Amino acid sequence: MKEKLEQIKTLAISEICTAENTKQIEELRVKFLGKKGELTNILKQMGSLTAEERPIIGQVANAVRSDIENALSEKKSLLEENEKNAQIEKEYIDITMSGKKPNIGHLHPLTIVSDEIKEIFLGMGFSVSQGSEVEFDEYNFTKLNLPENHPARDTQDTFYITEKILLRTQTSSVQVHVMEEEVAKAKAENRELSPIRIISPGRVYRSDAVDATHSPLFHQIEGLVVDKGVTMADLKGTLETLMQKLYGADCKIRLRPHHFPFTEPSAEVDVMCFKCKGTGCSMCKQEGYIELLGAGMVHPKVLQGCGIDPEIYSGFAFGLGLERIVMRRYGITDMRLLYENDVRFLKQF
Amino acid sequence: MQLSLKWLKDYVDLRCSIKEYCHRMTLSGSKVEGFSEQKLDFVVIGQVKNMEKHPNSDHMFITQIDIGESELLQIVTGAQNVNIGDFLPVATIGADLPNGLKIKKSKLRGVESNGMLCSLSELGLTKNDFPYAIEDGIFIIDPKDLGANSENSPIGKNAAELLGLDDVSVEFEITSNRPDCLSVIGLARETAATFNTIYSVEEPSFKGVSGENNLSVTIQNSEKCKRYCAGLVKNVKIEPSPRWMRERLKSSGVRPINNLVDITNYVMLEYGQPMHAFDLRFVDGEKIVVRDAFDGEKIMTLDGVTRELSSDMLVIADATHPIGIAGIMGGEHSGIMPDTNTVVFESAYFEPISLRKTAKKLGMRSDASSRYEKGVDPKISLTCLKRAFELVELLGAGEVIDEIIDVDYTQATPACVSSNKNLPLSTSGFCDSQEILNFSNKIPLYLDAEWTNDFLGTNISEKDMVDYLERLDFTVVTKGTIFERGKITVPSFRIDIESKADIAEEIARLYGYDNIQSTKLRGVAEAEFTNEQKFIRTVNTICSAVGCNEIATFSFISPKELDKICLPIDSKLRNTVKISNPLGEDTSIMRTTTIPSMLEIIAINNNNRNLSGKFFEIGKEYIPTSPDTLPKELDRLTIGCYGETDFYILKGIIETLLEKIGILKTVYNTPNGEFEEQIALHPYRCAVIGAKISQNPDDKKFIPLGIFGQIHPNVAKNYDFDTPVFVAKLEIDTLLQLSKNETIYKSIPKFPSITRDLALVCDEKITSYQLETIIKKSIGSIFESISLFDVYRDQKLGENKKSLAYSIVMRSPDSTLTDDLADKAIAKTLKNISELANIR
Repeated sequence: MKEKLEQIKTLAISEICTAENTKQIEELRVKFLGKKGELTNILKQMGSLTAEERPIIGQVANAVRSDIENALSEKKSLLEENEKNAQIEKEYIDITMSGKKPNIGHLHPLTIVSDEIKEIFLGMGFSVSQGSEVEFDEYNFTKLNLPENHPARDTQDTFYITEKILLRTQTSSVQVHVMEEEVAKAKAENRELSPIRIISPGRVYRSDAVDATHSPLFHQIEGLVVDKGVTMADLKGTLETLMQKLYGADCKIRLRPHHFPFTEPSAEVDVMCFKCKGTGCSMCKQEGYIELLGAGMVHPKVLQGCGIDPEIYSGFAFGLGLERIVMRRYGITDMRLLYENDVRFLKQF
Repeated sequence: MQLSLKWLKDYVDLRCSIKEYCHRMTLSGSKVEGFSEQKLDFVVIGQVKNMEKHPNSDHMFITQIDIGESELLQIVTGAQNVNIGDFLPVATIGADLPNGLKIKKSKLRGVESNGMLCSLSELGLTKNDFPYAIEDGIFIIDPKDLGANSENSPIGKNAAELLGLDDVSVEFEITSNRPDCLSVIGLARETAATFNTIYSVEEPSFKGVSGENNLSVTIQNSEKCKRYCAGLVKNVKIEPSPRWMRERLKSSGVRPINNLVDITNYVMLEYGQPMHAFDLRFVDGEKIVVRDAFDGEKIMTLDGVTRELSSDMLVIADATHPIGIAGIMGGEHSGIMPDTNTVVFESAYFEPISLRKTAKKLGMRSDASSRYEKGVDPKISLTCLKRAFELVELLGAGEVIDEIIDVDYTQATPACVSSNKNLPLSTSGFCDSQEILNFSNKIPLYLDAEWTNDFLGTNISEKDMVDYLERLDFTVVTKGTIFERGKITVPSFRIDIESKADIAEEIARLYGYDNIQSTKLRGVAEAEFTNEQKFIRTVNTICSAVGCNEIATFSFISPKELDKICLPIDSKLRNTVKISNPLGEDTSIMRTTTIPSMLEIIAINNNNRNLSGKFFEIGKEYIPTSPDTLPKELDRLTIGCYGETDFYILKGIIETLLEKIGILKTVYNTPNGEFEEQIALHPYRCAVIGAKISQNPDDKKFIPLGIFGQIHPNVAKNYDFDTPVFVAKLEIDTLLQLSKNETIYKSIPKFPSITRDLALVCDEKITSYQLETIIKKSIGSIFESISLFDVYRDQKLGENKKSLAYSIVMRSPDSTLTDDLADKAIAKTLKNISELANIR
């Protein structure tokens, strides 16, 4: 009987070894260890054994069972692993096939850059003020030291609604409103003027026909700072910070004397050419610098006109053209693209 | 302003490269736009040493030219006026001539030719430049023109240099506050100040001849004409100006005409003072009267146009008629004619504002008028007249009568003198501040070094400040009493200087803006976006997250756009803010609705063959108030889509948006005149979006938030849409008002839900909203959510019937919901629904 048991073990182990899948393993388990399995069949004959033999054979039988079980389970996990691997391999996909993109929308490049600039200024303590686009001549010109018949009015071809109402030609119109409001607030609360730090982004209008670099409607961002002891050096520092945040820490700016009726001294601000870094190339017309914005110290007459004493307070203002910055940023060479809104254009930003 | 560098060098010693000159001038405030060098590279002076007939030609010659090199240059020429010993311009290999010709080595009928002998025109010259030269032959140069002598041979030298054709013309952008820089002398002054060198201008003088001068000048309106100087030149000889003058005019961008006209232009370019010369024959009574025009008075101007004048315009008249519009344009006879004998020269100062108004009213602009408009130096009228006469004598253009007239109201006491040239005159271009005060009521200025440094953020010494100002011809009193010290005298040509800030700019620009050390703003400032600004950002983010692309459209549209969206004639939206001087009809009114702007963009995309698109824009509508007040500018969210979309996709976008901004109780109704744009939408495929006011579901009142739907087929036709287009317009201000951005977390349910599907067949007229309301109410407290997942129509269902399939989720918040309870709720629902007619 002991021999029979050993035979069963040998047979079982050899069959287990050649099993090819988990199903066969299960069949083998039934065949050898099941209720009607071979081992059980043998053990049924235990009754015919002597009392001395019984424990010995019992021990052998248990060892055989345990060996077969171990072999089964070892083989099973091996086969399972193989089957799993085979399955995983079958799950091969072509990873070079294009992905299924979610249909997302895009913000307009003008909004993206404008938001970026707003955040830079917010970080420097500038609030955002909005003004109306349809504006009184008085706020767009007269109070900005551009009286009627001032020749500089010619340089800003203006759309008029009535003699006194126009489409603002510059966001500078917001300056006057902000200063007047702050003065009124200070007076009402019987206190001295609070520091003013604002930017004002928005649409402006000039009667330029549409072409690659002109549009009768475009966007400016105006900045205004008024406080005690504000200097031209502060203006320079503020613009430097802006440009370095927009264009990188190595960005340099250059101020050139210029003339704007509402600032004195006035400056045009050039930024070092991004392409040649100041050595001169075709992009900057060999100048090394690209004209980007206008700025200056708020003209004493403008301050005075708003009820601010220029002997006590000083301030600076600047205005940048958003389109120009956007076009440089993205390498857009035709301004019309911004207003044509072709979806193939919009999706690039 | 185009500046001849040669001319500039008459007044200032300039020793730097052209590039450095441009750079430093730009940085001191005279922006250089560019420069052009008159170049004749590889064109040298040669002398003919030998010549023989060409063996294969009966008209050509083979010449041997000395150009100062070891070997003679062999050049073949067809010209017949060349002789041995002649000096001539030789274009050598590599030359690039003004007429576009490039010189290369060549063979002419088998004989090598290594260059070209040049004619006048090949060098860009005319007979007027060198009257002795012939036009149809080689330009044989008079050795005198080359300064040739035994010590200094011109041979081999650059022809342009020796002939004076090597000028550099610099283009300046002069800002409107600096009309004084629109002149050679003005720029010489700026140049000297920038380079810290000196410039000098000699006071002009002329000999004159004694003669009769019966001319009289009367200024009737001394407000508008503060000074009028005039003099006569008789026996004029009209001919081309000499080459040097022609070259300078050309370098300055002015075409030479004849000596008299050229002189007036020359003086204008040199000093910035417009000059006028006209024939004395046409001055009736030899009387010049500067007066207001009569209303309706007519004059034919030099350009042949008859103009009607009005009393606010200033004219130069003779005893009977106007002979010119002051400072703008002369009358028809005021030109110089071949038979002109005596010429009146005028040099005057006209008040800028009224002159500008006149020019604008008449639609006339000339170089002279634009200079007067910006403001010329009131002190130089007489100097310029004298300069003109100096040039007349220099050019031999006529005889100047030595008695000249100067009527001057610029002084404190009006002077009206007929002065001889030898009278001492304060015409140097400067005046003391007292005069300025009288002239334009300016307050005297003082140099305040401390204030200036505080203002600029600099640390410039007072001594340097004085130096900068003096370089610019300001004077500063540095000694004396406390009242005198620091007092600044501003030169008369600096009409822009009014305040301390102006003085600060002068100091800053000569100190160099570049030398100002940047500082950071001091002090803390609070800043944050306003609720509205934050809200607009949120809406932008949501709209782009749901797949819409932001667009930017013009705020002005064509009135035709309102027709295209089929607005009735009496629609409120047709009352628009109109631009009185639009570029064209397309951009002539401010939009009262954003929908046409969106439709235009969809049309562009559709025409560009983009198959689909979803767009949005937050833009303004401009609603007129009264003629004297500003319109309301209202922010609107416009959404538009076409291709791969439908009504419910747009509605889903709107629902998502409203949910995200916290407007939860909404209602979608058939529009009932809430928005005028209703007319542009498909009547059965549009809805007004409302926010419910009351919690009570029976209360039908709502606040309209916007309108949306499919474009009406008529409108679609107007835009040539070949696919359904959907638009929505929502009012940002209302959305902002109702939006709640406080989100309160709801706990995630602990107990499982039960879902039941219901398919309900009903009349077409029954709305999903009606059904949903009943379902919600019937299910009661265990109701969680409902969604419509299928709509089905079939003949089998019957005429005008539809089947709506809903999935209903039920859940009890505090226990596991039993099937029994759920079934009961559904049974109750079905019972309630069947009470509504025709539902099974």
